[in-house]
Amino acid sequence: MTEIHPDIANGTDIAVSARAIRWQRRRTATRDALRRLRRDRPALVAIVVLVVVAVLALLAPFISTHSDLEAVNTAANPVWATPGSHFVLGTDNLGRSVALQVLWGARVSLFVGLMATLLTVALGTLIGIVAGFFRGWLDALLMRFTDWFMVIPFLPTAIVLATVLGRSLWIIVFVIGITSWPSTARLVRSQVLSIRERLYVDRARALGASRTHIIGRHVLPNVAPLVLASSTLAVPISILTETTLSFLGLGDPTQVSWGGMLEQARDVAAVTTNRWWYYLPPGVGIILVVLAFTILGRSLESVLDPRLRER
Amino acid sequence: MRLGFLARKLLGAFTTVLFVVAFNFFLFRVVNRDPVNSMFRGRNLTKAQLEQLRVRFHLTGTLWQQFWAYLGQLLHGDLGYSLKSSRPVVSVISDASWPTLLLVGTSTLLAMIGITIGYRAGWRRGSAFDATSTSLSMLTYAMPEFWIGMVFLGLFGAGLGWFPVGGLENPGSTATGLSKLLDQVHHMILPSVVLAVAYIGEYMIVARSSMIETLREDYLQLARAKGMRDAEVRRRHAVPNARLPVVSLSAINFGFVFSGAIAVESIFSWPGIGQQTYLAIRGPDLPMLQGLYLLIAAAVILANLVADLLYGVLDPRVAGR
Repeated sequence: MTEIHPDIANGTDIAVSARAIRWQRRRTATRDALRRLRRDRPALVAIVVLVVVAVLALLAPFISTHSDLEAVNTAANPVWATPGSHFVLGTDNLGRSVALQVLWGARVSLFVGLMATLLTVALGTLIGIVAGFFRGWLDALLMRFTDWFMVIPFLPTAIVLATVLGRSLWIIVFVIGITSWPSTARLVRSQVLSIRERLYVDRARALGASRTHIIGRHVLPNVAPLVLASSTLAVPISILTETTLSFLGLGDPTQVSWGGMLEQARDVAAVTTNRWWYYLPPGVGIILVVLAFTILGRSLESVLDPRLRER
Repeated sequence: MRLGFLARKLLGAFTTVLFVVAFNFFLFRVVNRDPVNSMFRGRNLTKAQLEQLRVRFHLTGTLWQQFWAYLGQLLHGDLGYSLKSSRPVVSVISDASWPTLLLVGTSTLLAMIGITIGYRAGWRRGSAFDATSTSLSMLTYAMPEFWIGMVFLGLFGAGLGWFPVGGLENPGSTATGLSKLLDQVHHMILPSVVLAVAYIGEYMIVARSSMIETLREDYLQLARAKGMRDAEVRRRHAVPNARLPVVSLSAINFGFVFSGAIAVESIFSWPGIGQQTYLAIRGPDLPMLQGLYLLIAAAVILANLVADLLYGVLDPRVAGR
């Protein structure tokens, strides 16, 4: 499809394709966002932290094998070794290296955090778009359902679901996703409600565009940035939820996770016997990752929503 | 407040409760059609004994008949029996309620200090005070509350020995009167401070942003133009108008009295709803968990209703719509 550039009014006859204009705008927007990001020191630090954690998590299988975590008390793996030259962060009640456990735990936190967020965002976007775009009884029904899920307490619901469904990483992902989509759904719906009234949607409709075309070409691209910011902020919540579920004994028993380490630390009374090297490191890991995602999400939000910039 | 608003909110809360009841019932049943069989697996019970147990746990008839029976039971305040202790779920819950109400109530009140801090931070946005308190609130938000509990317990309990390492009172204590009360207060300080630290950030953030929202209003400009002093403008005009979101947050948070301390109670062996929930997960003691979930959800729904109604009272524009 080719559009006539406004310059034609000035007598300069330049035909610019809609695609070229679109890419031009995207390039400017991206450059703008990157420039703003470069000045945002906390967000840069957050990105560096996340990259370092992600690289370490990905490297875990190359640094050690998972079976290193099954070591039991031997001469080479003494129990409750204090942090030192051989074991950077000491060992636990079974002689397993705490540092290696923290490393492997990062994989679980990042995996669950990202996967659960993906599911949350997919569900929320789908429901929000369907409700906002089609309106009518479907909207009323979906929003009633969303309201129910908004009100019923999120963590207890996740606990009950996880207890009944069983213990595996995928179940945790499912449980978090199924309980936390409502806020995304509402956000997307309100955005869709405003987009569908815009002139360009009217124009597309008048030109005979199908619903899928309008949703795919006009609604989704406009909702996407908002969804990106809100999903960045959903990751830390997913990670904290995974940690709490694992701590309560609902984690995957075959995987080492930060929440699972804290559960283990409590069960073997590491706290009351002052074995701080067992329960401090996983907590610090959680704080680093959660803070980084929160800071990044907030700064994305303020890049995308100028009204928030002055805060 | 318009009657229509009231009716709409009441109806909303009622349908939510119905939804939770149905969810609660079908989740536990659909996933596990015959709980008796799995609960007593390997116990070598005769068919007749199993049948008897099914009758006791109301597991006879079709799913719909069971659901109706469950609704009937609920209306009579009957939540069934705990598998672990064989006690009625209702009596376990009522025993465990008071310690939790005490603990979470105290810490919620403590955490409200965050409101004052948030107002100040919002009023002087961009100041060093604002930067410090906002960073701190983000930090506490990033910490799992049970981990804060572990660190405090390790430091002030086991390490420095200032506080007992758990429980409601000293085991085997025969103290009565004032010394019993002091003992309980001594046990409660650590867990309630931990929970307060965990909640404070949220209050600070909400209070701060609603203050910033208010700062844009023209009436503040006018008050200053009249020659009012800065502190007075804040106290008389800004704070009252920034109060709305904070009131509603507080009301909603009181709904989390039963569920707010699940993990922290298990750290401090606090004999409340949280610890019962933890034990029910570990069992798993499904009837117990089902009852606890209903209580927790009902409290949250009720608090949301109260928050909505309060909002309607405080801001007539909301109720008018």
